[in-house]
Order: sequence, then C-alpha cells, then structure tokens
Amino acid sequence: HTETHTHTHTDSLLPRAVNVDLQTDATLQVDISDALSERDKVKFTVHTKSTLPNFKQNEFSVVRQHEEFIWLHDSFVENEDYAGYIIPPAPPRPDFDASREKLQKLGEGEGSMTKEEFTKMKQELEAEYLAIFKKTVAMHEVFLCRVAAHPVLRKDLNFHVFLEYNQDLSVRGKNKKEKLEDFFKNVVKSADGVLVAGVKDVDDFFEHEKTFLLEYHNRVKDASAKSDRMIRSHKSKKLFYNLQDAVASWELMQLMFFLKVSELFEKTRKIEARVAADEDLKLADLLKYYLRESQAAKDLLYRRSRSLVDYENANKALDKARAKNRDVLQAETSQQLCCHKFEKISESAKQELIDFKTRRVAAFRKNLVELAELELKHAKGNLQLLQSCLGVLKGNT
Amino acid sequence: LLTDKSGPASLPAEDISANSNGPKQDSLFDDDPEDLFAEATEEVSLDSPEREVLLSDGPSPAITPITPPTSVITPKTCSDPFLLTLYSCFLKIEEEEGGDSFDMHISVSDPEKVGDGMNAYMAYKVTTKTSMSLFKTDEFSVKRRFSDFLGLHSKLASKYLHIGYIVPPAPEKSIVGMTKVKVGKEDQSSNEFVEKRRSALERYLMRTVKHPILLKDPDVLQFLESSELPRAVSTQALSSAGLLRMVNKAADAVNKMTIKMNESDAWFEEKQQHFENLDVQLRKLHASVESLVCHRKELSVNTAQFAKSAAMLGNSEDHTALSRALSQLAEVEEKIDQLHQDQANADFYLFSELLGDYVRLITAVKGVFDHRMKTWQKWQDSQLLLQKKREAEAKLQFTNKPDKLQQAKDEIKELEGKVQQGERDFEQISKTIRKEVSRFEKERVKDFKMIIIKYLESLVQTQQQLIKYWDAFLPEAKAIS
Repeated sequence: HTETHTHTHTDSLLPRAVNVDLQTDATLQVDISDALSERDKVKFTVHTKSTLPNFKQNEFSVVRQHEEFIWLHDSFVENEDYAGYIIPPAPPRPDFDASREKLQKLGEGEGSMTKEEFTKMKQELEAEYLAIFKKTVAMHEVFLCRVAAHPVLRKDLNFHVFLEYNQDLSVRGKNKKEKLEDFFKNVVKSADGVLVAGVKDVDDFFEHEKTFLLEYHNRVKDASAKSDRMIRSHKSKKLFYNLQDAVASWELMQLMFFLKVSELFEKTRKIEARVAADEDLKLADLLKYYLRESQAAKDLLYRRSRSLVDYENANKALDKARAKNRDVLQAETSQQLCCHKFEKISESAKQELIDFKTRRVAAFRKNLVELAELELKHAKGNLQLLQSCLGVLKGNT
Repeated sequence: LLTDKSGPASLPAEDISANSNGPKQDSLFDDDPEDLFAEATEEVSLDSPEREVLLSDGPSPAITPITPPTSVITPKTCSDPFLLTLYSCFLKIEEEEGGDSFDMHISVSDPEKVGDGMNAYMAYKVTTKTSMSLFKTDEFSVKRRFSDFLGLHSKLASKYLHIGYIVPPAPEKSIVGMTKVKVGKEDQSSNEFVEKRRSALERYLMRTVKHPILLKDPDVLQFLESSELPRAVSTQALSSAGLLRMVNKAADAVNKMTIKMNESDAWFEEKQQHFENLDVQLRKLHASVESLVCHRKELSVNTAQFAKSAAMLGNSEDHTALSRALSQLAEVEEKIDQLHQDQANADFYLFSELLGDYVRLITAVKGVFDHRMKTWQKWQDSQLLLQKKREAEAKLQFTNKPDKLQQAKDEIKELEGKVQQGERDFEQISKTIRKEVSRFEKERVKDFKMIIIKYLESLVQTQQQLIKYWDAFLPEAKAIS
C-alpha cells in the first residue's frame, strides 16, 4: 500500500508548546525524525540526543510502533512511585481506516470518472491521508517530549530502554482477558473515584483544584466535540464545489468571464480548505490534547484522594489497635507508610498541578495567537484573490 | 409596431387557449388567493378548467420549492447597508453599465396591509423615475396590489405572446404565504414572504419596461401612471402555471404533427434545443445553490454551538487572562456564525431568485416558439382549404348553379386574402422572434454577469469582516501571560 516517509512538523502542533516555555534541558532531547506508514502499522523513528552517562552513545535512533508507546505509558501508570505525578497522556492510536477506505473507493471508481476528476480527487485524498499521518506522528512525539521534560520521569529505566534498545521490545497488545480486566479496573476505579471525591479536603489548594478540574474537564470535552463538528462542516467541499461546477458548465456565456470565475472559485476553495485544516490543528487538536491532560490531572487528584482515604483509614486502624492494645506496631508502621505516601503525593501533586496550569496557559496562548494569525493570513489571501478577479471582470464588462 | 390596443385583428385572443374550451373565461380573474373572498359580486366560473390551475398553491411546476432563509433581513430590520443594496440590485445593473441609455427606474416599496382577515391584501407603492418624454413627469408613484400586476401581465400576454414577443412572466402567487399575512401573523417568515414578493414585483416591472415594445403599451403606461386602476377582471388570466400547462399541451400537439419546414427553420430548431438545454442547466444550478445554502447554514449552526461551548470553557478557566481570551474567542465565533448566515442569505437571494426568474422566462420563450408553430399551421391550413375550395369551384363550373358558383368565387377570394395574411403573419412572427431571442440572450448574459459580480462583492465583504474580527482578537490572545 502507500508508503510515505515524512519529517514531522510538530512545530505547528500544540503540544510542542510544552517545551517552549520549559527549560529545554540539553542533556536529553527526543524527537521523531522519521515515520513510515505501512498497511496496518506505523513505524516511528525515535531519535535521541543525550549527554547523560547511562546511554552508550550521545546520539542514536530506534524504530518504535504505537503499542510500544502504550506499553511505556502503562508502565508509568502502574508504577506506585509515580503516583504523585501527572502521567503524560498516551498518544491516540493511529487511525487511517477511514482515509484508506476512501482511497480504495476512489481506486474502484476510477473507470467512472474523467482523468482530471480522478487526479484531483486522488490529490485531495492523499493530502487528507498525509495530514492525518502528520498529526499522529506529532501526537507520539509530544508524548515523548513530555516525558523527557519531566524531572523524574525522564530518569525512568523503561523510558531509557524504550529510547535505546534497538530491538523489538516484544510488547504485545493486550489480549482479551487483559482487556476485560482493564475494563473492570476502570469500572471499579470510577466508582471508587466517586466515593473518594466526596471526601472534603482540608487543604484549600486541592479542594479548589478538584472543583476546577472537574468542571474544566467537562467543558473541554464539550468544546472539543463542538469544535470538531464545526471544522468538519467547514471542510465540507459542498460550500463551494457545486456552484463552481455549475458555473463551469455554461457554454454559451462569454467564455473568458466564466473561466476567470471558475478559476477564482477553485483557488478560494483551496484557501478555505487550508483554513479548516489550520483550525483543526490549532483549535481542535489543542482542545483534544487538553482533554487528555485534564483527565491525567484528574487521575492524579484521584490517587491523592485515595491515599488520603487510606491514610485516614490507617489512622482509625491505629486508634483501634491502641485501644485494644493488639498489633500496635503493625498498625503504626502501616499508618506511617500511608502518611508518608500521602505527604509525598501531595507535595509533588501541588507542583504538578501548578506546572499543568503554566503549560496549559502557554499552549493556549501559542495556539490562539497562531490561529488568529493564520485566519488573518488566509482571509487576506482570499480578499486579494477576490478583489483582483473583480477588477478584471469589471474591466471586461 | 402595434398601435391597436387590443392587438392585431388577425389573430384573436381565443387562440391562445390550447384547450378549446370556447372563448374567454372572463370572470375568472381570480388567480390571486388574496382576492378569493374579497368581492361577492365577482363571478367565478366553477366549471372552468383553468380554475384548478389558477387556484393551485405554491410555485409553478417549473421550479422546485425554495425554503426561505431563517434570519430576518428585510429592508426595515436590516441595518447592514450592503445587504440592503443586494435586494434592490437585480435590475438596477443598467445604471452601472456604461453606454446604456435606458433611463428609467422603477421601485416597488412600502408594503402596506389593507383591510382585515381574509379580505386583506398588501398594497405596494410603485415609483417611477425617468427622464423619458413618454411620461408627463420625472417622478411619480401609484399604489398597486398583487392582482394588479397579474392583470397587467395577463393583458400583455394576450396581446403580445402570440405574435412572438417574450412577455416577462409575473411573480408567483402563494396561498400559504399570503394567508399568513392576512391572518396577521407578524413573524419572520411572513416578513420574508412580503420582502421576496416585493423584490420579485420590482424585477418584473423593470424587465417589462426594458422591453422597447412593452414600454410603450398603453396598459403599461396606465399601470405606472394612473392613480385608479380598474380591477383586473376582463381578460384571460394566465398565471405562470397556467402558461406552462398550456405550453406543454401545445408542445405535445406540435410534436405529434409531422411538419416539414424549410431550411431557415434550422435556426429556430437550434434555438429551441438551446433553450431546452439552458432550462436543464438552470435547474441544475438552482439545485446546487440550494444545497450550498443548506451546507452554509449547517456550518453556521455548528459555529454557534462551538461559540457557546468556548464561552463556557472560558468561564471555567481560572487563569484570568486566558479566561478573557477564550470569552473573546467565543464572541468572534459568534460573529462569524452571523457572517455565515448572512452569506447564506446572500447566496440564496442573489442566485435563487434570479434562477427562478429565468426558469419562468424560458417558459415564456418556449411559448413564443410554439405560437410560431401555430401560426405556421394556421397558414398551411388556410392554404389547404383554399386548394379544396378551388377544386370545388372548378367542379361547379360544369353545373348550372350560378349562385353557388358566385358563392364559391367569393369564398375563394376571402381565403386567398387569408392565405396571404397567414404568410405575412408567419414571416412577421419569425422576424420578431429572432429579434426577441437576440435581445433575451444579451439581457441574460448581462444579468448573470452582474449577479456573479454582486456575489463576489459579497464574498469580499465577508472576508473584510473576518479580517476585522481576527485583527481585534489577536492582541487579546497575545495578552495572555
């Protein structure tokens, strides 16, 4: 099937902003330098530049697939030591199914359309495929950059293996049983989450963050869905195409005039398509990403609340043990562990949530500014096209 | 040129009706539902076949139904100067074209409801501005109602269609639209209906007076000038739907005839085919425009929903500057949504209405071609009859019936006159049609070019607004810190 090598252009994509305002540490830089799309998988070339001593070389690359990213993400989530951090959200699975299907349909219908039509449609579908491809590459790159920028996660052993080990990690996808287990875990977790969320926090900061994140997450979800819908409408070719087609078919009218108009519509349609694509990148993807990040932040708060509940339960258990004067030492150790865990999580969580806000604000700023600048650029481009065409047409009439 | 008010004597008006239901159905003028209950004295012939056609609701079969836009933009409520000019722009294109000496402006304005309940009707002010010597003053106004326009059209149609002039069709009637107005429903859709009708009436009049022959017709002059107009009841009422049915029937009849015509008719055949093709193309374009408008409206709805969602997001964002910027973004998107709606309305009014006009006009053109066929047929029939009479006369020579012989000779003389007249009529209508078609084509090209230019100008306007909105937003986005 189609193979497309492409260099990633994540500069246009939101989460790059993550690195812009944080200190980019010269000791570890990660990017996806190349990617290859094959029939049913995408192969990412992960490129690392590092002065850290634990790596054998200063610069090296490996090839990774999506499942291996997920493996890495899940290993963070399951690691108790990282309970107090916002785990960078996993990149979404590459989904070319729809695009591939369209290309296939086009191939089947090749006989029924003119060569021009076929070429045009093929170009458009290929551009669409390429856009999806670039996006998925960017999402995967963002995940790695977030990990590399995190003071603790960057030191993770699995992460280093991921970056350096130049063989297949033999990470198989989850089988049915494991997927079912995951499902039940999630059900339990969300039920537990509801219980735990009911516990009022003594700390004002966390109490505020809880309320804020809950509402914010829901609103981002809604905004993300609505922006997707709006942009899909905007991408609709039916905003221009039919009119142009009909105009092109008036044969007796003065040819020059209508040729010019057809040309114009073709050009402005292309610009409109760019506008929709840019809105997709700067707005829709921004919202999608922060939907995932805010979920990760909520997960952190959940873990903290969970540990608070555990701590309070341990306190109660200790009191009971002291009262009965039985297993006191055990209860004391347990309580100390819980206390320590809770305090550790609280401390790092506070910082994480503050960083989350900084990142969020920076990312929104960058993308909203870029969105406005692009909208302006395209509107001015359109305007110029329209005005120059009008000048010619009015001169001719 | 015609000086006789009732039209050339040789082809009486009753030949217009393809269904030979006898002579004029004069009391049947009631093709405007607003008049339906108006005057009890009006005679309505219940068994007239035309009645069903005249009273049928909705657009003529020639046009697919048009769903009116949902936002109200009438000259009264719309404050956007650009959009205001859009609605009155159609045929004022003449003034923008250099080298065109047509100096006459007709505007239809100030729709006013007169009366109550089902007897109510809309009265429109028709203002004419001109420096032509044909008129007594430079500027004058009269009040007219919809049925007056229909009456004018029916008079002109009966006088000129059958001799080859393309008489512009009158606007469509609509029972549903009018009933809402009568009943006093002052809502968006009835306002839009009135505005659409007003605009259509204006275009109708402008097209009519642009026709050099029709302009000089006394009925037209009377319509424009005289303060009192007799209620139009006398002549045959022909709505567009009626005209179309009649034309279709005639076309069927014509197809059944095997007609041998000479080479000059190749031009006519080619032109007829051309108009058939044009009809098809226009209908396709009409469907495209409706689909386009539909999609733009969908975009508008989705943009509005996103705007609300963005506003909510801004509310819950706890970083002050970002929260403000998100609210600003929501406002920008709301304005853009309004832009989409305005654009959709512009698309709709500009193209839909024009296309509708042309689909109806082409029906009139087809009618004119069919009249030519009928004229030819009439001439042929006279010739055949003359031949028969001559044969009969030859036979009578050998009988001793001097009276009969004289009668035959008289009849022959009369028929010879008829044949000559028939030939003259046929040549005349052919000549007229050639001129009319050439004029029609020129006007059509001008009309469409102008509408496209107006459309492009509306697109320019949209882009300029977009630039304004994003320009205002950019500093807000940059202010996030």
